[in-house]
Amino acid sequence: MLKETQNWSANPVLSVEHLTMRFGGLVAVDDLSFNVGRGDITALIGPNGAGKTTVFNCVTGFYKPTEGRIALRRDQAVADGTLAELTKSGRQYFDGDKGGVFLLERMPDFKITEVAGVARTFQNIRLFGGMTVLENLLVAQHNQLMQASSFTIGGLFGLPGYRKAAAAAKDKAVEWLRHVNLLDRADDPAADLPYGAQRRLEIARALCTNPVLLCLDEPAAGLNPRESAELNELLRFIRDEHGVSVLLIEHDMGVVMEISDHIIVLDYGKKIADGTASEVRSDPKVIAAYLGVDDEEVDEVERDLDVQTGHSASEGGSQ
Amino acid sequence: MADTTSPSAANRPEGAERLSEARRDAMRGEPPYSEAPPEDTRLVRALKEGGITAALVAALTLFFFAFRTDIAVGGLSLTASPVVWIIAIAIAFAGRFLLTYFVFAGDTAVVGGWKKVAAGTGRMPIGKILGVLLLFIALTLPILLPQFLPSQNRYLLNLGITILTYVMLGWGLNIVVGLAGLLDLGYVAFYAVGAYSFALLATNFELGFWVCLPMAGLFAAMWGVILGFPVLRLRGDYLAIVTLAFGEIIRIVLLNWYEFTGGPDGILGIPEPSFFGLEFNRRDGSFSDFFGIEYSPIQKFIYLYYIILALALLTNFVTMRLRKLPVGRAWEALREDEIACRSLGINTTNVKLTAFATGAMFGGFAGSFFATKQQFISPESFTFIESAIILAIVVLGGLGSQLGVVIASVAMIGGIELLRKLTVLQAVFGNDFDPTQYRMLIFGLAMVLIMVWKPRGLVSTRSPSAVYKEKKTIGADMVAQGEGH
Repeated sequence: MLKETQNWSANPVLSVEHLTMRFGGLVAVDDLSFNVGRGDITALIGPNGAGKTTVFNCVTGFYKPTEGRIALRRDQAVADGTLAELTKSGRQYFDGDKGGVFLLERMPDFKITEVAGVARTFQNIRLFGGMTVLENLLVAQHNQLMQASSFTIGGLFGLPGYRKAAAAAKDKAVEWLRHVNLLDRADDPAADLPYGAQRRLEIARALCTNPVLLCLDEPAAGLNPRESAELNELLRFIRDEHGVSVLLIEHDMGVVMEISDHIIVLDYGKKIADGTASEVRSDPKVIAAYLGVDDEEVDEVERDLDVQTGHSASEGGSQ
Repeated sequence: MADTTSPSAANRPEGAERLSEARRDAMRGEPPYSEAPPEDTRLVRALKEGGITAALVAALTLFFFAFRTDIAVGGLSLTASPVVWIIAIAIAFAGRFLLTYFVFAGDTAVVGGWKKVAAGTGRMPIGKILGVLLLFIALTLPILLPQFLPSQNRYLLNLGITILTYVMLGWGLNIVVGLAGLLDLGYVAFYAVGAYSFALLATNFELGFWVCLPMAGLFAAMWGVILGFPVLRLRGDYLAIVTLAFGEIIRIVLLNWYEFTGGPDGILGIPEPSFFGLEFNRRDGSFSDFFGIEYSPIQKFIYLYYIILALALLTNFVTMRLRKLPVGRAWEALREDEIACRSLGINTTNVKLTAFATGAMFGGFAGSFFATKQQFISPESFTFIESAIILAIVVLGGLGSQLGVVIASVAMIGGIELLRKLTVLQAVFGNDFDPTQYRMLIFGLAMVLIMVWKPRGLVSTRSPSAVYKEKKTIGADMVAQGEGH
C-alpha cells in the first residue's frame, strides 16, 4: 500500500507539523509530525513517558507548544493555500462558508473546543462529581444554551426560545446517555458511578460539545474485558454514525489493534512508526521500544534497524 | 505485546470471572431472616405519636401556660388560662400528627431522608417544608410580634431587619463561595460600595432610595468585575488573601478620601425610603396621613422590614433561577473542576466574572438598604469582621445551600442577641455572671461544636438543577468545595 493513498494523507482532519515541546531542558516532544484522517480512529501509542499526553495537551490547547503548527480542517474542501495564508496572517482561524481552518496552537483552550470543535477526555477522569449525570451533559452544551438564553437575560424571564433550547439540550443529553447505557443513572451524582461508567460518561460529555475531533486519553484504562469490548463498540458507533474522527492514547493493545485505522507510535518524544495496525505490529522498532532488547543483542538489533530504515536507530530504545 | 499498566485481576478474563463469582457468593450471605413485628397503619401510628407529643407538651407547659401569676394587691394573684394551654397542646398534636403522617411516613429513618434520597414517592422533603414555614413566619412577623410580644415589638422587628440583611448578604456571597467555589474574604467591600453609592447619590443629587437602589447594585457589580480581573488566575489561599486585601483597600480609601466620602465622619442625613412618595412622619401628606391612620414610629420599621424581605427574596429567586440556567450550572461546574470546564469550551474567565459581579450586585443592594435604614454610614461599619460574619454564615449554613444560610443567619445574629439576655445562666454561674460579657466566648464554642458535628455546614446536600426522572439530593461527600477550602 502506498502512503499517498492513505486516508490520513489524502484527507486529514488534523495535521500536526514539526511539533516541539520543551519543559526547561527536557524535550518532551521532538519535531513530531503526523496526520489524523477524517473519519478514522487514530491511536497514539508508546511506552510510558513517550510524550503522548503532552501531544494531547498541545492539540487541545492546555499547553502552548514551543514550536510547530497544529492545523484542524473542519471540512474537506479547504485548499492548502488557505492554510498557508492563514499561517502568515497571524489570525487564529479562518471560518468561511466552504469550511474552516483552525490553527490550534494559537487558540486558547476553551476556544479550541468552542470554535474549532475538538473535545477531549482526561487520563484521570475529570467529571463534575457533585453534579448529576444529566447535569454533566448539560454543562457540556453551555455555549449553545448561553446563546439561546440570550446570555442569561432571556433565560431569567423564561422566554420560549430558551425553553425550547433547554428541552432540546436535555433531549440530546438523554440520547447520548442511551448510547452509553447510562440512562437509568441519569439522576445520580457522577461521582457515584462505577469506574467504567464514569469513563463512558466522560466520552458522552465530550460528544455533547459537537466535536469534529474527539481526543481520548486512555479511555480503556481500568476497564474489564467486557467493558473494553463495549468501548470499542461505542467508538465505532461514534465514528460511523456521527462522523467524528477519534484520536486516542491507549495502552490496551486489544483495543488499539482492533479498532484503530491508523496507529502512530511515539518513543522519547519522536515518532518511530506510523501506519495501519498490521504495519505497526510487525515493525521491529516498535517491538524494541516496547519489549526492549537484551544487552548482548543491542548491536545486532541496531545494525538490523540501520539496514531497514537507512539511518541510525540509536533512539530506538534499548531500554 | 506487554501491557504497561500493571495487570490486575480485573484485566484478565479468568480473574474477572473469579471476582464476580466471589461477589455473588458474598451477596448470598444475607442477614438471618426474622419476622417483622406487626406494623400499625400510618394513621394509627400518626395518631399515637401525636398523642404522645401532646401529652409531653401538656405536662411540660402546664405551669407556664395554664396558670399565670401577677403581682396584685396583697401578694400574688393566680389566674388560670386553660385556653392558651390547650392551644399549645393542640398545635403540638397537629404538628406531630402531620409530620408523622406526611413526612416520616416511609420506613426510612428521618436522618436517612436528609442524607440520601428524600423524594421517592412524591412527599415533600423536610427542607421544603421548613423553607415554606420560615417564609410564612417571615411574611407574618410584623403581625405576629404585637400579638405575642408587644413589649419588645420594636426591638425584635429591628433584629428581624438585621437578620434579613445578613440573610441577603449570605445569599449574595453564596453565589461566589457556595456555587462558584471562589473564596471571597472581602465581600464587605461590595456592601460598602452599595452603601456609599446610595449615600453619595442621595446627599449630592437628592435622589430617592428607589432610584439609587439599582444604581448602587450596578456600581457594586462593576467593582465586582474590577476585583474579578486581578484574581482570575489565582487559586486557593492566594485568592482569599487578594480578596481580603481588596476589602481593606476599599475601607481605607473610604476612610482617607475626606473630600469625597467624609472620611471617619461618615455621611449624615441619608434619606429614608418613601412608600410611593409617602414619607413616614407626623407631617401632612405622610403615610399615616394619607391612609388616615394614627402615626406610629413602628410603621417605618414594618416598611423597612418588608423592603429587606422583598430584596432578600429577590436575591433568592434570582439565585435559584440562575442555578437552572447555563450560567449557574457553569458556576457549579467551575467549583467542581475548572480544567474540565475549559475542556468543554466554557470561558472560565467570564464565568468567574459573572459570579463576582452577581454576588457583588446583591451585596450592593444590601448596602444601600443598610444606608437608608441607618441614615448614617461611616467606614466603621465595613470592617473585616463583617466579611468574616457573612462568610461564617455561608460556611455554617452549608456551601451552596439557600436554606442553610437562613438558618445560620438566624442562629448567628439572633444567637448573639439571645446570649445577651440569657440571665438563666446566672443560675449556673452565680449572680456575678454577666452573660453579655461571655456571649462571644459561648458563641464561639457553639460554632466550634456545630462544625465538629456537621463539618460541611448545617445543610450540606445539593439538589440537582436538572432532573430526568426523579429528583435525588446529592450527599455532601460528592460535592466539591472549590478553591481555597
